[in-house]
Amino acid sequence: MRSRARVLTLLAGLLALGLVPLVAALTQQPFYLDLFRRIMIFAIAAVSLDLILGFGGMVSFGHAAYLGIGAYAVAIPAFYGIHSGLVQWPLAMVLSGLAALAIGAVSLRTSGVSFIMITLAFAQMLYYLGISINAWGADDGMRLARRSQFGGVLDLTNGYVFYYVVFGLLLTLLWLGNRLVHARFGVVIRAARSNEPRMRAIGFSTFRYKLAAFGIAGAIGGLAGALLTNQTEYLTPSYMHWTRSGEIMVMVILGGIGTLYGPVLGAVAFLLLEDVLSAWTVHWQVVLGPLLVLVVLYARRGLWGLLPEARRADG
Amino acid sequence: MPTAEPLLAVRGLIKRFGGLVATDGIDLDVAEGETLAVIGPNGAGKTTLIGQLSGDLPPDAGSIRFAGVDVTALPAPARSQRGLARSFQITSIFREFTALDNVALAVQAHAGHSFRFWTPAFTERALREPARATLERVGLGARADVVAGTLAHGEQRQLEIAMALATRPRLLLLDEPVAGMGADESQRMVRLLRELRGRHTIVLVEHDMDVVWALADRIAVMVYGRVIACGTPEAIRANAEVRRAYLGEEVPA
Ligand SMILES: Nc1ncnc2c1ncn2[C@@H]1O[C@H](COP(=O)(O)OP(=O)(O)OP(=O)(O)O)[C@@H](O)[C@H]1O
Ligand SMILES: [Mg+2]
Repeated sequence: MRSRARVLTLLAGLLALGLVPLVAALTQQPFYLDLFRRIMIFAIAAVSLDLILGFGGMVSFGHAAYLGIGAYAVAIPAFYGIHSGLVQWPLAMVLSGLAALAIGAVSLRTSGVSFIMITLAFAQMLYYLGISINAWGADDGMRLARRSQFGGVLDLTNGYVFYYVVFGLLLTLLWLGNRLVHARFGVVIRAARSNEPRMRAIGFSTFRYKLAAFGIAGAIGGLAGALLTNQTEYLTPSYMHWTRSGEIMVMVILGGIGTLYGPVLGAVAFLLLEDVLSAWTVHWQVVLGPLLVLVVLYARRGLWGLLPEARRADG
Repeated sequence: MPTAEPLLAVRGLIKRFGGLVATDGIDLDVAEGETLAVIGPNGAGKTTLIGQLSGDLPPDAGSIRFAGVDVTALPAPARSQRGLARSFQITSIFREFTALDNVALAVQAHAGHSFRFWTPAFTERALREPARATLERVGLGARADVVAGTLAHGEQRQLEIAMALATRPRLLLLDEPVAGMGADESQRMVRLLRELRGRHTIVLVEHDMDVVWALADRIAVMVYGRVIACGTPEAIRANAEVRRAYLGEEVPA
């Protein structure tokens, strides 16, 4: 059950996202198409992070690692002439999901600050791995010769088609995510954040569920990475840099930690702000910093949380 | 499984915190169906004992057999699956969830695996109905949809019991369920415990001696990590050492 205000905001927001290409076409500003596609790609990453961060209480500071793995899973096959998205995208999800399982298996044995540091360390390790492999562009990265190909069905070189592919994936993610957080699995994840000793006392081996959530979030992060290289038509290890993990986390916090739609709002707010402010000054983060502090102080559930709440908080 | 074997058999249980020996070689048997009260002054090691029985604390030495199986090495969730349930001295609930959700989670933990990603758990009748029945049983039926963190203290303590009961345990470990309650609340809790007694096997840690005399089939007295006496209420009442070490300062029996 969500409040009316939230449902309306959600529908209006999604409708607006759906209409962006139309506006871009009418105003002949293809730039908007590019900007909002980028926003939605980061929204996918932010939603996946919030699954473990907000719902599961696992403060992973290395989410960019999965973004990076997903990006490499597109760029490396492309480098060797494999351009099929049906190969690249599933590969991106499987590899980043497996990486998340491995990283989770180690880091979930710790908690608190050590957990944050370990996830950060793993991501930085992958980053340094990325900048050290000369064959795949090292720290310069490499150009993506072609966007992922889907037979003749979907032509991602067409910005509009690509836009609606990303839009469709975001909608699918929100729909599946909504099922997941209310299903048994999601309830276990949320309750484990609420009170882990209690979970164990009533008979849940929480580790396996948290690990699975970690893997799922990693796989979706990988998909976002695959989309991102297609968006920029470029691969760079900087997708994995810790500052990128920080940005995704900021989107989640800004939009509403522990909510499904908040991170989407956060991605919109963050990237629009970046776009507008960076036109004024290169030090745009000087503005972002205090803003974030305000959000944390006055809106515990971020921008999404500012919308009036329904009687039961679960959304 | 020989019927003569007690449901719970504890042997030589030792737990150290640094130099402090919190439980110092505890031996304890609990027969099926009985209510064993554990009493003792603050810091005697009662909660530490419960923690080791439930699997939350690994003992440094000793063994725990439950229902004929050595469970010493089993973690808490596995023990819960075998029928051990505990309540916490310091209330431990899912504060952001409703009372009914809290209990439904306990049901869910014992209703197959939770790798289910599609059906909303909070509408699953197989989880909701037993949960609701359990809430009714502890007297919280009317409060099912209240967010647990906003329940009165006494109600939260009742909810603790409901969560333990919802796992359909063979042995209930209750750590001071009556502590910190007002007169009304504590009366209601004692009534509930009286109802559970006999139908469940219970290890009850309790300070209030009126409650203990009212409910216990046997009493174990702990002081400084040791069980200094264990027996029927009459025997404990008559035990000189116990009167000196514990009862003397609490209640003039
Ligand atoms: N995690 C811990 N680390 C260090 N010392 C501990 C820990 N838990 C308990 N202790 C110590 O062990 C001793 C036994 O504590 P315990 O909580 O078992 O006593 P208790 O009998 O339950 O007391 P109370 O009646 O106050 O609840 C105390 O001296 C306590 O300070
Ligand atoms: Mg205690």
